[in-house]
Amino acid sequence: MQQSYIFAVMKYVAEINVMPHKNLLDPQGKAVSGSMAAIGLPQVSNVRVGKHISLEIEALNENEAFQKADEACKKLLANQVMEYYEISIHSI
Amino acid sequence: MKLGVVIFPGSNCDQDLINVLQTIENAEVVKLWHKDTDLKNCDFIFLPGGFSYGDYLRSGAIARYSPIMQSVTCFANEGGYVMGICNGFQILCEAGLLPGALLRNVNRKFICENVYLIPANTELAITNKLTKNSILKIPIAHGEGCFYADQNTMKEILDNEQVIFYYCNSKGEINYESNPNGSLNNIAGICNKTKNVFGMMPHPERCADISLFNTDGKAIFDSIKENFSLV
Repeated sequence: MQQSYIFAVMKYVAEINVMPHKNLLDPQGKAVSGSMAAIGLPQVSNVRVGKHISLEIEALNENEAFQKADEACKKLLANQVMEYYEISIHSI
Repeated sequence: MKLGVVIFPGSNCDQDLINVLQTIENAEVVKLWHKDTDLKNCDFIFLPGGFSYGDYLRSGAIARYSPIMQSVTCFANEGGYVMGICNGFQILCEAGLLPGALLRNVNRKFICENVYLIPANTELAITNKLTKNSILKIPIAHGEGCFYADQNTMKEILDNEQVIFYYCNSKGEINYESNPNGSLNNIAGICNKTKNVFGMMPHPERCADISLFNTDGKAIFDSIKENFSLV
């Protein structure tokens, strides 16, 4: 008798942080840094502002979900000339 | 000579550009819609300024995947002439048709003012009517115009003479004070290695009509006309 396999498609959430490269000036972060003294927090410095993106992915496993998220980052979500990204994957 | 102006949702310099291009003798100007893929046999494609797709994610990041851009990319890779102004320049960088990227202006402001430019290469399809001493007064209007490329890419850009314009002062001096947005090396515009794709942040289409009291931008459109009359 032929054996049949069932591949269950799972749903994952990718939490992605896109940040300006560390060696690049981040004017937005600099402006926010400047406001820290105004709110009584002069101890806070070197603020860097990036983007947090969350998205859902259908995949057979976590590795495949990561690959899809990585492709999305490379092609669209981050511009690697000026930004780097970090991905974390969770199943839902 | 057939000239095409691509219109994205959020383009706002398209009609200014069309008005100027229509003044070129023997030029037929057509609009190209972002959802189409047909370039209508144009000889030169222009990507106008504006805020395509609301500048969501990054300036030009979404426009770069629109249907028309797939055709523009093929056209450019086959040697077709493409020019991006302001947001058009950002789209070309996002599409990988030009090297580098446009970052937020270092002074964090949207800058709308006249600046001075000096050409670095006067043998291009868009600069052949200029000389190395031609100083042009052309307006800029952008929040993300700080040109950046990593060290290796910048070396290639300089080695291959890919810089089109530098920001300078009214005397043509390229220095820190005449750099409006923090662009590396005062770069205001670049082209690709094969010299058929051009990008610049300043707006020549906003200063090519006598009724605007400045016609410095006209030299760029005259160069385009000259380029085709020589073919």
